[in-house]
Amino acid sequence: MAYGGLAVPIIVMSVFWGVVGVTTPHLITFLLPLFRVINTMLVTCAVCCYLFWLIAILAQLNPLFGPQLSNETIWYLRYHWP
Amino acid sequence: MGSLFRSEEVCLAQLFLQSASAYSCISELGERGLLEFRDLNPKVSPFQRRFVGEVRRCEEMEKTFTFLQQELRAAGRVLGPCPESPRAPAAREALRVQEQSEQLAQELREVSRNRASLRGRLQDLRQYLHVLREGQRFTSLPAPLGSPPRPRALSEREPILDPSLHQHLERKISFVAGVIHPWRVTAFERLLWRACRGYLVASFVEMPEPMEDPATGESITWVIFLISYWGEQIGQKIRKISACFHCQVYAYPESEASRTEAITRLHSQIQELSVTLEETEKYLAEVLDKVAQVLPTWRVQVQKMKAIYLVLNQCSFDVTKKCLIAEVWCPVRDLTQVQDALRQGSVSGSVHQGLFRVPMSLCLGFLVSYVFMSRVCWCPHVLVPGVVLCLHVVFVGLLSVPMSSCQRFLGVPVSPHHGGPCARLERIVGLVPRTGSGCWGLVPGRGLLRGGCRGQAPRARQESARRARIRFWVLFLQYQSGSSVECFVQRVPTSESPPTLIRTNKFTAGFQSIVDAYGVASYQEVNPAPYAIITFPFIFAIMFGDVGHGLLMFLFALWMVLYEDSPRLRQGTNEIWLTFFEGRYLILLMGAFSIYTGFIYNECFSKATVIFPSAWSVATMANHSSWSSAYLATHPSLTLDPNVTGVFRGPYPFGIDPIWSLATNHLNFLNSFKMKMSVVLGIVHMGFGVVLGVFNHVHFQQRHRLVLEFLPEMIFLLALFGYLVFLIFYKWIKFSAADSRVAPSILIHFIDMFLFTSNAENLPLYPGQVPVQMVLVVLALASVPVLLLGTPLYQWCRQGASRMPVTTGEQEPLLEGQEAGNSVNATTEDVESGGHSPAAKHLDFAEIFMHQAIHTIEYCLGCVSNTASYLRLWALSLAHAQLSEVLWTMVMRNGFVGLSYVGGVVLVPVFTAFAVLTVAILLVMEGLSAFLHALRLHWVEFQNKFYVGAGYKLCPFAFAPDTWE
Repeated sequence: MAYGGLAVPIIVMSVFWGVVGVTTPHLITFLLPLFRVINTMLVTCAVCCYLFWLIAILAQLNPLFGPQLSNETIWYLRYHWP
Repeated sequence: MGSLFRSEEVCLAQLFLQSASAYSCISELGERGLLEFRDLNPKVSPFQRRFVGEVRRCEEMEKTFTFLQQELRAAGRVLGPCPESPRAPAAREALRVQEQSEQLAQELREVSRNRASLRGRLQDLRQYLHVLREGQRFTSLPAPLGSPPRPRALSEREPILDPSLHQHLERKISFVAGVIHPWRVTAFERLLWRACRGYLVASFVEMPEPMEDPATGESITWVIFLISYWGEQIGQKIRKISACFHCQVYAYPESEASRTEAITRLHSQIQELSVTLEETEKYLAEVLDKVAQVLPTWRVQVQKMKAIYLVLNQCSFDVTKKCLIAEVWCPVRDLTQVQDALRQGSVSGSVHQGLFRVPMSLCLGFLVSYVFMSRVCWCPHVLVPGVVLCLHVVFVGLLSVPMSSCQRFLGVPVSPHHGGPCARLERIVGLVPRTGSGCWGLVPGRGLLRGGCRGQAPRARQESARRARIRFWVLFLQYQSGSSVECFVQRVPTSESPPTLIRTNKFTAGFQSIVDAYGVASYQEVNPAPYAIITFPFIFAIMFGDVGHGLLMFLFALWMVLYEDSPRLRQGTNEIWLTFFEGRYLILLMGAFSIYTGFIYNECFSKATVIFPSAWSVATMANHSSWSSAYLATHPSLTLDPNVTGVFRGPYPFGIDPIWSLATNHLNFLNSFKMKMSVVLGIVHMGFGVVLGVFNHVHFQQRHRLVLEFLPEMIFLLALFGYLVFLIFYKWIKFSAADSRVAPSILIHFIDMFLFTSNAENLPLYPGQVPVQMVLVVLALASVPVLLLGTPLYQWCRQGASRMPVTTGEQEPLLEGQEAGNSVNATTEDVESGGHSPAAKHLDFAEIFMHQAIHTIEYCLGCVSNTASYLRLWALSLAHAQLSEVLWTMVMRNGFVGLSYVGGVVLVPVFTAFAVLTVAILLVMEGLSAFLHALRLHWVEFQNKFYVGAGYKLCPFAFAPDTWE
């Protein structure tokens, strides 16, 4: 798999959590009686999850050092993980 | 709008209850559970209150019920729960309940007393019978010569006395026979022997069947004794001793014949008695059946009744003594419902309400119109039927209009002192257009009742018309409300802080209780619960990130949620279980978020999942550095270099790269990542808390606090810690593997920022860093005095400005609205103490300043310490990951001993141990610890920023079903 850098994952995740946190609350606003709580939940959930994912991917964006592997692992990985 | 965001609007209101219908009104309100009653006579002791007699009556009834229940329990019956919730009994019904319950108790008491005496008598007789039977063995004559000898087995029971001797001494031997408790036998025997110097023959035999001890009720095998002695003096001694030992002594007939006769007599007596006893017990069972049938309903009814009288005791009496005034906290939303309940309560006082409404209105209308037409207006009799019909229609229409809607139509409710029913009705009738010849027209400003007819009618006629009208009004009113006046509710302005009411459902209740455990929200304050619904499970999941563990937790909670209606889950007696059950939705979300964070951490039972292929290419590295097999054999561990093209191909798209779970230096990477993550999340969380404070400032009309508190707080947080977040992100994006050797340390930069120094070894992150940092620090420091002095100075200035005009003007209008007679709790003293004297103002300023100083210190130091406190996210997630890894390597890996069948067999116990330890240590123990830390982060770090939590809950007066056992 070719890694296209940051762009593709960022777009995919932003769209996904954007739908959860922005679009859905607008959709359900008038459908459910408890919509305020549900909307708050959706927005908070989207923010939390997106932020957490963002931190994880940005932390790996530019690694300052590489993983140190034991020789047995290298042996296995060089043929099984291309 | 019932919302979780802030507590509902609650107002102080007064209920005006007619004494006739007060009881039914309170009963109706209790069924609905809307209001919290306030005690209006706090200084009156419970014994001097108005309804103390009724309360005592209820208590007496409860005592009777307790007796009945004890009897039921003694009979081994379990009282079932009350099938449906009965309403509080009306006065007459209460009397009936009391009468019947007392009757039942009396009956029960008598029957059980009878039974007890019968039983005692029966036992007595049986013991006597046994004594005689056993005694016969000792004293009977030997069997006739021809009879077969007794078997040896019975030798012990053969007569002890030699029959010849017996015959020889016949005249002198007498007997004392009786029954003694088995424990006392030895002592008794010893004492007898010593006291009588052996001039007696005592024999002790156990009774063949155990019998009940009348004193304690336990079953005892009594011991029969038969003492034969010589001489009268010894006999007296023996009798005294046996009396001391609480022995039952029975008369022992001297002759054989009379003994046999006594035995037969006893037999018949016992038979008779047992038949009687059987009958008695049957009757007792019947009575108990009756009790068991009615008792649950009665108990609930009387409990409700008592609760109602206790509430009525809190009410105050109107001057006219006709009307009870209660003061309540009422949610504004429910005011109409309260009014509705009051109307129903008033109506339920009138017995025939529903049944006679239509015919009564028809008859009344007809009657009244006829009276008006014929007596008051002297209309020619020809016209009467037609006009009667018209008037009839009008009156029927009037009658069908409920009182409250008339009231609404007329405007504000009239307080009973001034208006009263008559005044209101006069006004209602005043709406009827003046028709006819004007002889019954109303005098403006005076009612129909008082004004009466203005014609030239003779006095007597006028009088009779007046009476007829009064009779009508009385009938009308009774018909309308069942009592003389309708009860109603009226809002009262107050300066007191109302109680907090946040309506929750089964989903939100668990989260609200987490917040309430810290402190009940102040009135209308922003409630952190709606945010905690997500942030709490999320913060928990950061410390608990593991797909497998999260899934187990999620499934457990899902099971509880799906079967939440099953009574078996609901009515567990185990407190720990109930706690889990109450928090099932919380656990559900905690599990779900743990799955998400588990995917981000890439851990499932400490193993990584490879959703996407790893971004690190070992093959490229091996080719580039020509790692041959021989080279690898000599080097136990090697590092991949991201600088080599093709080795690192970009960030792993979702979560942490799986290669790190295989790396020996994975902690170096994970620690750096988790530490930065906790700082970023912590600062975002705290910043969010500060922002929530804005809603409070806006809602409480304290806009000055936006500038004087929110702004400096936000500047302080962002200039120092927001900048730290910026540095973290900046370094992630800016510095790559190429300049890893010169990559600066954020921590050292951050420390240097406070010290206004720069470190030559630590390269700047970006040009012009030092001046930017200096500006930020100065900004942050400058916001501290604003925060410290802003609010106190502002309030001081405002007070100084408002001192010029009339000082007490603000307080009075609030209370002026209440009439002196109406305001039952606010006496004139309260009003006076409400106004501030200049000295009090000065004191207030010092207090405000102190408060603000504490707040400032707490906030500024808190920002530092709280940020550090969020590092617990890192520590706990690390601990969880390490524990699960240890569990895997130390336990589960031992199961993979071989691929043979033996390996499979070994795997079973190993997996059992692994599963048990996973649940016990990782799920329960680690889960609890992560829960506690999440709780702390919410209570201290988050809620400190905006939440006061100094309120008190609204406790509505309700007949809650769960209080009835």
